Amino acid sequence: MLYFIEQCLNGVQLGMLLFLLAAGLTLIFGIMDLVNLAHGSLYMIGAYFAATFADLTHSFVLGAVLGLAATLVVGMAVEVIAMRRLYGRDHLDHVLGTFGLILFFNELVRLVWGPAGMTLPLPSQLLTAVQVLPGVYYPLYRLVIIVTTLLVALLLYVVVMRTRIGMLIRAGASNREMVGALGVNIKLLYTLVFGLGAALAGFAGLMQAPILTVQIGMGENILILAFVVIIIGGIGSVRGALVASIFVGLVDTIGRAFLPDLLRLFMSTNAASTVGPAVSSMLIYLLMALILVFRPEGLFPAARR
Amino acid sequence: MSAVLNARHVVVAALLTILALLPLYTALTGNYFLLTLFTRIVILGMAATSLNLILGYGGMVSFGHAAYLGIGGYVVGILAKEGITSGFVQWPLALAISGLFALVIGALCLRTRGVYFIMITLAFSQMIYYVASSLAQYGGDDGLTINRRSQFIEPINLSNKTTFYYVCLIILVATIYLVWRLVNSRFGMVIQGARANDRRMRAIGFPTFRYRLVCFVIAGTLCGLSGVLIANHTDFVSPAMMHWTRSGDLIVMVVLGGMASSFGPLIGAVTLLLLEEVLSGVTEYWQIILGPLLLLVVLFARGGIDGLLEQAAAWRPVKVADPSAGLGHG
Repeated sequence: MLYFIEQCLNGVQLGMLLFLLAAGLTLIFGIMDLVNLAHGSLYMIGAYFAATFADLTHSFVLGAVLGLAATLVVGMAVEVIAMRRLYGRDHLDHVLGTFGLILFFNELVRLVWGPAGMTLPLPSQLLTAVQVLPGVYYPLYRLVIIVTTLLVALLLYVVVMRTRIGMLIRAGASNREMVGALGVNIKLLYTLVFGLGAALAGFAGLMQAPILTVQIGMGENILILAFVVIIIGGIGSVRGALVASIFVGLVDTIGRAFLPDLLRLFMSTNAASTVGPAVSSMLIYLLMALILVFRPEGLFPAARR
Repeated sequence: MSAVLNARHVVVAALLTILALLPLYTALTGNYFLLTLFTRIVILGMAATSLNLILGYGGMVSFGHAAYLGIGGYVVGILAKEGITSGFVQWPLALAISGLFALVIGALCLRTRGVYFIMITLAFSQMIYYVASSLAQYGGDDGLTINRRSQFIEPINLSNKTTFYYVCLIILVATIYLVWRLVNSRFGMVIQGARANDRRMRAIGFPTFRYRLVCFVIAGTLCGLSGVLIANHTDFVSPAMMHWTRSGDLIVMVVLGGMASSFGPLIGAVTLLLLEEVLSGVTEYWQIILGPLLLLVVLFARGGIDGLLEQAAAWRPVKVADPSAGLGHG
């Protein structure tokens, strides 16, 4: 039971990370109608920047803040140099162009930081475990991830729904020309939105960095999970992304932790240990297929334009 | 219309001649490097041709096409490991399983449109990738070495490099012919109609879902065959062959060569793989050049190489200034 609670918390933590990625993806898609495969590269770059700055400043927090700012700048630069030219094009063009960007960023990172990975060490205060329930200890840092990500989600909600800039973003999503005609600098707005998405991805990357190693291509597998999240949640819906990411995080983590044992109940141990990993890695995709059968546009389809 | 020998025909004819005569060069020089490289190009050109059927003609942007390479390859690998090396068993089974997978995946994916379709095909191919990684008894992440290539009756010995090359080349040409026949048939017209305007096609009574699904299955089956060939070529299968970047490479080949053109994917495969070979000779960090190059192709050469050749072909008769040229149009 204690193990179960711990795995649930792990699932929520993975879900929150997925949310950071999925929210950026879904915002960029919903507002600019852009499919950005290079989102995972921004996740990777956030982690590399944070690890580098933390190394230079000897401070985790300072490294994280500087890394975040640097990712924001990189994101806006990418938008101005490349992405801007892809708006209004075919989705296939987006896929191909951003695929090119992934190759570019992976190689650039290899050139700058070298092929070996990096580590982002945590400050000792964060290395402890806390008692979340009587008898249940959980690493403090993972709790920090959950809490900060929830705060970011809240902040995102407030920015998009309650501020002037958020209003402009939503208006830009529903009618680009009209907002432009009313005197809003729509180009700058898009650059900001892309930068925001990049910063969210970079934040996810640097939060995850102390748990895993910082390495080339680290953003790609989690990016595909983030795709699954936004397919399930409905593309363009931030609320859908939140619900679906926690759901995906929980199912994936709990499936991996318990499915092999569950299979052992009605299979030989040998067969279960072969089938178990295969089935648990398929679980999330089977779930996605099931949801698509009933809701081809996801659980929370964004309003039609 | 007179059969003008335009730039496009010249390139295709030259390419086919080079491909057909390459083993001669190898036999004369004893240099097997080019033959190995071109066997790979021919096989991937075939995979790209199969992708072109759904991507170029059908407008279905599948980002998971490499999954079939893996399925075809793994069927060969697993059967070989279990001691069944007869090609007469391996090949049909590989095709059947690829086709079956395409049927199941297609039935789910084709319910969705546009960006959902891209992401869901990607997700399903990633699923197969993870399944292959978790097959511990068949090598898991490290992959599986194939000790014996598919066995056929006597004159066809796939272990002979030249024979194997010609087998691949014949299959490639047959695939291109098959796809060409398909897209020019009634079936192909429906598929292309559904790409242009699906709602209208359904309104005039075509059950486009079924047509698109059949098209998806054909493309998957054909790609499964190239997976069989790849496995025989490298004597090795691993999850890496269905990594999602492999699917991306296939899309690049199709778009680079020219979508919805018979020889475009082959031209794309030749260009991309030769470019890889040349660039990786220049610098270790060759992808730093390839990446932006792809972006430039997307931005400025939308029709791919075939599109450029077509422009060249269209531009030529004007210079010849045949006075009867304008009469045909009314």
